[in-house]
This record gives sequence, structure tokens and C-alpha cells, in this order.
Amino acid sequence: MLVDLINPLARRVPMWLVYVGGLVPMVWLFWLGLTGGLGPEPIKALEHRYGLIALQLLVAGLCITPLRRFLDVNLIRFRRALGLLAFGYVAAHLLVWLVLDLRSLGLIWQDILKRPYITIGMLGFACLVPLAATSNNWSVRRLGARWRVLHRLTYVAVVLGAVHFVMLVKGWQLEPLVYLAAAVGLIALRWRPLRSMLGHAFG
Amino acid sequence: MHRPTKAPGWADVTPEAAYLNRRQIIAGGSALALGGIAGGVRAQGDLEPNTFEDISTYNNFYEFGTNKGDPARYAHEMTTEPWSVEIDGLVDKPGTYSFADLIDGMPMEERIYRFRCVEAWSMVIPWNGFELRHLLDRVGVQPGANYVAFETLYRPEEMRGTRSRIIDWPYREGLRMDEAMHPLTILATGLYDRPMPNQNGAPIRLVVPWKYGFKSIKSLVRISLVEEEPVTSWNQLAPREYGFYSNVNPTVDHPRWSQATERKVGGGLFSARQDTLMFNGYEDEVAELYAGMDLQQSF
Repeated sequence: MLVDLINPLARRVPMWLVYVGGLVPMVWLFWLGLTGGLGPEPIKALEHRYGLIALQLLVAGLCITPLRRFLDVNLIRFRRALGLLAFGYVAAHLLVWLVLDLRSLGLIWQDILKRPYITIGMLGFACLVPLAATSNNWSVRRLGARWRVLHRLTYVAVVLGAVHFVMLVKGWQLEPLVYLAAAVGLIALRWRPLRSMLGHAFG
Repeated sequence: MHRPTKAPGWADVTPEAAYLNRRQIIAGGSALALGGIAGGVRAQGDLEPNTFEDISTYNNFYEFGTNKGDPARYAHEMTTEPWSVEIDGLVDKPGTYSFADLIDGMPMEERIYRFRCVEAWSMVIPWNGFELRHLLDRVGVQPGANYVAFETLYRPEEMRGTRSRIIDWPYREGLRMDEAMHPLTILATGLYDRPMPNQNGAPIRLVVPWKYGFKSIKSLVRISLVEEEPVTSWNQLAPREYGFYSNVNPTVDHPRWSQATERKVGGGLFSARQDTLMFNGYEDEVAELYAGMDLQQSF
């Protein structure tokens, strides 16, 4: 079985490699932006690429529980890294917007208040802040059962992120809708009635 | 400035260095040459054209995909020879005109225009083309024609982006008659003295420099003179966001982003935004077209 191959392999991957590997695209994209590799409008390109990677990491994080529950693939040890990397990319996305794109506190504040897709994006980021802050072992121990409840905020953050993407493009484009559908679908898999139904099917 | 050649070929390509020298003369003389009409090309300092590469690799042409690089990647799949444009509606000489017939005798000139996208980026582009009014005069506009409607080619087998129904193809645009007859409104057949790249709307496209870029419809196959305001694609799709007029206006924000500033493409990772100008800097020439209109309402 493939599962018997993946699980032992996943246990052997050193965690530092996951973090370093995860940050390589961030540095690489910035380098490309500096050297003309992101086309004639590198600021927008960088902003979009960081945002998209953040969303992909968040959706990947949502896959971990269903993979274990329905397919016995155990990647749980990567979940924290995925979440923290996603937070890092969202922060980079935000920084490009603040520092390279708008460069004016007035414009930034106006945009956050006036533009629904930016309000929604900022709310998504706000959801991720306490999650990143409580991702360490000490917080997990200290918060106990409350940690699990708090970390359900991930669901809110992913959906807000995907809605932000759907809203910022011109017209109804397929790509952002695919991310939204994936996020909603993966969250729905956690819903008890669906879970038990699928559990029987796979079990 | 007047080029007798019908369609400049690759043999006519000017080396970039020579081109830049010559352009300075053209830009300096433009106020004179256009009889004061393009005298509004007054802020010469910021009229530094983008490179040919910028202009031909960063495009919105949804018929080939929604990413900025898609048109440059896929527009070569579009056949532009033979090409014909249908002219119909309230016109004395309706018919299907071949590209050669269409541009025959039209006074070709170069126009260095600012180009402002509704997405808040901009470029400066040296177009080659002729004033639309010359063509309209030749085909004879009949009384009662209040608007001009335009259509882009719709050929799904050569335009992969049209397989997604994001827009109700074909792409359509329109102008009020006085806008269409304005001397700043041109039909462009090239840029940088080269034939129009496919991704920029080969072989012939509209350019209306004081309106958001999406009004400057590409790869034209139909021009209709009509009585009523025609349906236009983005207005049809999202009327709250894209009005029929869509004049560049820093005081009327798009519902999802500010239109007060823009960033000129090509400045690299640290290029700052610049203020967007009323009517994209062509206020002196075109403001009178909208005298008495509430531009907050008729955006």
C-alpha cells in the first residue's frame, strides 16, 4: 500500500528542512522581482504570488486531518509548519502591499475601511495572528482543550482568504472559485454527519 | 509623421536608439503637429514611453486568458491574415472591408499616449494609427447615428480564453458619436513603428486615451453606427463597477479600489505610485464633451 510507504517516509523528514524549503520560494520570488523575472509589474506580481502561496499552504493544512481520518495517511507533524509558513506568506503579502505598493498610511487605512475585499483579507490575517502566537508547545499545553477550539479559527481564516481572492479579480474567474470550493469542501469533511457517512464508505 | 506605407513591415523596424532620438523630436513637436489638439500632451516629462517589451508582455486580453502574460503566450494562435472589418448600421457605405481597404488612404501618424488601466496601472505607448473620424467620414455617418459600437474577433479555436464564459463573447465596446469623432480617438495598427503585436490587438484596435484601457477594444471585426447606447461587455458584466463612459477620473473610485493613484508599469520593485490625472491628462481636450454631465453618476 502507498500509505505504508508514505507514513514512515514522512516520519523521517527533518522539520528544519520543511521550514527552509518552505521559505525558499519567498526569497526566490523576491530575487526574481528585483531582477526582472516577474515581468514589468513586479510589485503586483509579488503581492499576488505571496498571497496565492499563503492560500495554498492554508488549504494544504486543511487536508491533513481528512487524510488521516479517511486514508490513514499521517502527516500531522507537518501541520504546524504549514500553518506557520502560511502565516509568513500572508505577512509577506501584506508587507509588499504596505511597503512597496501603497506606501502611505492614509491610503492603507482608507483601503481597509472602504474596500470590502481588503477588509475581509485583513480579518483573515487577524484570525491568523493568535494562531501563530499559540503555535508553540508551551501554549498547546497551557491552553489545553481551549487550544483546539481556538485553532478552529483556521477555518474562518481560509474561507476569508479565498473570498478575498474571489472578490479581487475582475468578473467571476474559475481559479479563485476553485480555492473557495476546496476550502469549503475540506471544512465540510469535518462536519459530523458527513464524516460518519464517508467513514463508512472508506472504513 | 505621416507615413505613406500602408502596413509597416519588419523591414521598417527602426533601431531602438535611432527611434528614441527621433521620438524626442516628435514629442517636442506634437503640440504643433496636432494643431493644439494634443497640446495636452503637455507634461512631456512623464511621457517617457514604456519599452516594446513592457507593452507587449503585460496585457489584458481575456480572449487569451486572464493572466497578464497569457496574451503574449497565446495570441500568436490568432490568424490576422486575411482580416476584414464589417461596417454596418446607419452608414452610407456599409460593407465588409478588408484590412488593406480599410486603412487605404488613411493619414497614418504616431501618437504617444498615456494608457491607464482600470486596475490602476499605466503605461505610455507610442501608437501608429489614424483618427477614427477619418474612417467614419469616409463611410458616411447617417443622421440618427448617435453611437458607435465595436466588436472584437470571437474565434474560440484560436482564442483559448473564450472557452471560459467569463465574458459574454464577443467582447463589445462603444462610444458616443462625439467621442468617436474626437481627434484624440484613433484606430491603431502598430506601435513603435512595428505592426501591432497580436497580444496588443492586431491588426487594428481602438485607442481612446482619456478612458480606461478596456474601452480601447482590440482586434476589431465590426463597427456599427447605431441610434441607442450599445451594450458594452464590462458594463454588462458589472454595471456598478464599469460605467458606459469609463472616463479616467481620480475622484470616482472603483467600488473595490481607489482610482486616485496609479503605478506606471516597468519601474521595478521599488517604483512609486503617481497621481492619476483627470481624463488621464487630456482634460483640456475632452472635458467639454461632458460639460453639464454629473461624472459621479455617468462614470
